[in-house]
Amino acid sequence: MDLRSTIRVAYIGLKTKKSRTFMTMLGIIIGISSVIIIVSVGGGAQSLILNQVKGMGSNLIGIFPGASEEEGPPPSALGIVNTTLKNSDLDAIIKNNSVPNAIAVTYYDRGVGTFQRQEKKYDGTFVGTTASYTKVHDVEMARGRFLNEDEEKDLARVVVLGAEVARELFGDNDPVGKNIKIKKEEFKVIGVVEKRGTQLFENQDALSFIPISTAQKIMLGVNYISLARVQIDAEENTDQAVADIGALLRDRHKLGKNEPDDFSIRPQTQAIEIFSSITDSLTYFLAAIAAISLLVGGIGIMNIMLIAVVERTREVGLRKALGAKNKNILSQFLAEAIVVTLSGGIVGVIFGILISFLVAILARQLGFEWDLIISYKAILLSCSISILIGLIFGIYPAERAAKLNPIEALRYE
Amino acid sequence: MEQLIKTIHLCKEYNNDGVITKVLHEVDLEIGKGEFIAIMGPSGSGKSTLMQILGFLERPTCGQYFFEGIDGSKFTDDELAVIRNEKIGFIFQSFNLLPKTSVYDNVRLPLLYDEKKRIKDQRTAIIEAIKAVGLYHRMDNLSNQLSGGEKQRVAIARALVTEPEVIFADEPTGNLDSKSGKLVMEILQNLNNKGKTIILVTHEKYTAEHARRIIKVMDGTVQEDTEVKQRLFAKDAEDLIK
Repeated sequence: MDLRSTIRVAYIGLKTKKSRTFMTMLGIIIGISSVIIIVSVGGGAQSLILNQVKGMGSNLIGIFPGASEEEGPPPSALGIVNTTLKNSDLDAIIKNNSVPNAIAVTYYDRGVGTFQRQEKKYDGTFVGTTASYTKVHDVEMARGRFLNEDEEKDLARVVVLGAEVARELFGDNDPVGKNIKIKKEEFKVIGVVEKRGTQLFENQDALSFIPISTAQKIMLGVNYISLARVQIDAEENTDQAVADIGALLRDRHKLGKNEPDDFSIRPQTQAIEIFSSITDSLTYFLAAIAAISLLVGGIGIMNIMLIAVVERTREVGLRKALGAKNKNILSQFLAEAIVVTLSGGIVGVIFGILISFLVAILARQLGFEWDLIISYKAILLSCSISILIGLIFGIYPAERAAKLNPIEALRYE
Repeated sequence: MEQLIKTIHLCKEYNNDGVITKVLHEVDLEIGKGEFIAIMGPSGSGKSTLMQILGFLERPTCGQYFFEGIDGSKFTDDELAVIRNEKIGFIFQSFNLLPKTSVYDNVRLPLLYDEKKRIKDQRTAIIEAIKAVGLYHRMDNLSNQLSGGEKQRVAIARALVTEPEVIFADEPTGNLDSKSGKLVMEILQNLNNKGKTIILVTHEKYTAEHARRIIKVMDGTVQEDTEVKQRLFAKDAEDLIK
């Protein structure tokens, strides 16, 4: 019996029990679609996070005060205040060309306070930073201009508002040239940043910018910085730049040979790797859980096939009487199992893609830059796994059918 | 007449958990090509077991069985399957059609296992077999839409489609009303007239008398082997089919 006839006979056999066939298939459909959805949503979430990391700017290296383990978070992320990093440390990176690959450097101190204009109040975050902020980060101005170096030197009381802050305080009016109060200090608005949305779980539009000197001396009363970012010329020079920055800072901090760093340097590529590995392992973990439902579906198929063999004992006897060999019966029942699992797999893939598509639409509606990621590997793998499940869980019932004695099978009531 | 079947001291025992039941004792038979034989006997006489051995569905416990001069004990299970497919057609008392499957697909069933593609034009062969039993107009009907008589005629068509040497019919009229039964017997007589060997198993004298020769089996042995002197003929089958 050729493959076409085998599949046709399997199809006819399954067609006579439509609802049972569908119910059997359901286990595989759910299993396969879960795997597809999880892999797709995991991929979408990963690309969302990575795009946000990349959206901060390209070829960036972060410098944090305080030492940290290679793989662990910097101390500032844990709420520990370190005062080891000074403005002059960062300025030195560019000034003396001691880090040849560095193009620009910016650094920040941040604080929270009430922004007030007449009766309107807004609790927001102010970021003290340098004029070079716009070189390192992708920032578009909606109105006015960003901070300049003179304002940095003069401790100028000027502010560049985030899009949300501007809307809350001024509505549709142009805030440029107007005065507001931040923590009761008077500031003049010189610009408004274009809407930036959420990056790395922080609403960028709630941030407003003031000169670093003003932030340190007037608003916060500190002489250290909490974070710096260096932009380098090319990604492949990351290791060199990290080494140069490290050497420069150790030299400036006069650290002895055996003393550990009192700062942490984290390239953006490392952050991307960390986020990728976190989301990857989450995705694989969830997909593995979904795969358990495939196992359950497979056992369901074996169960139904065993019942079918008993129910169709007479049919097996008849087929053998008419000339079917053991292998014909074996391949018929195996083909039925595979037809069920493979069609279940294909329906599952289609269903999974559909749901992933809906998730992508929903995520975009919610304002995320969500990519619909359908992995062809996952589809191919799902279909192969479906066939494999049919083979593994179909072989035992099929063998039982094949071994039936034709006369006993024909006598079976 | 050319010999088709010969058995020498054929016997069959069943072993059910240590309890041995002897069903056939030393059966010696010779059947020629083109014969119409009725194997007759009461239930439990061993006639069905004899048919199953002759039809290669069972192996004898002892004795020899020659089919077309070849010793049947030499064949493997797969070779027996091929012989059943090519040389033998079966008709059962309970029809044994595939449920919810068309007449066409039911008749096609043995051709699925015709691995040598002996029957070149399968579609024509199927249609011819269905026409021969007068069910061309029912070809696309499902098996559960047919009457008992029609089901048995489908079973005959299924037995015919591989152009076998011999057709074994086990109580073919047992589940049918007399009119349908007559029609089935007529079809078998017609096939025999065209040269096909028919071996009929029945417990009814009336049905057996449609054959040319009756072999009476009792307690596992052949009691009588006689020519039918006043053979019965039903009405012309072709008229009935119409």
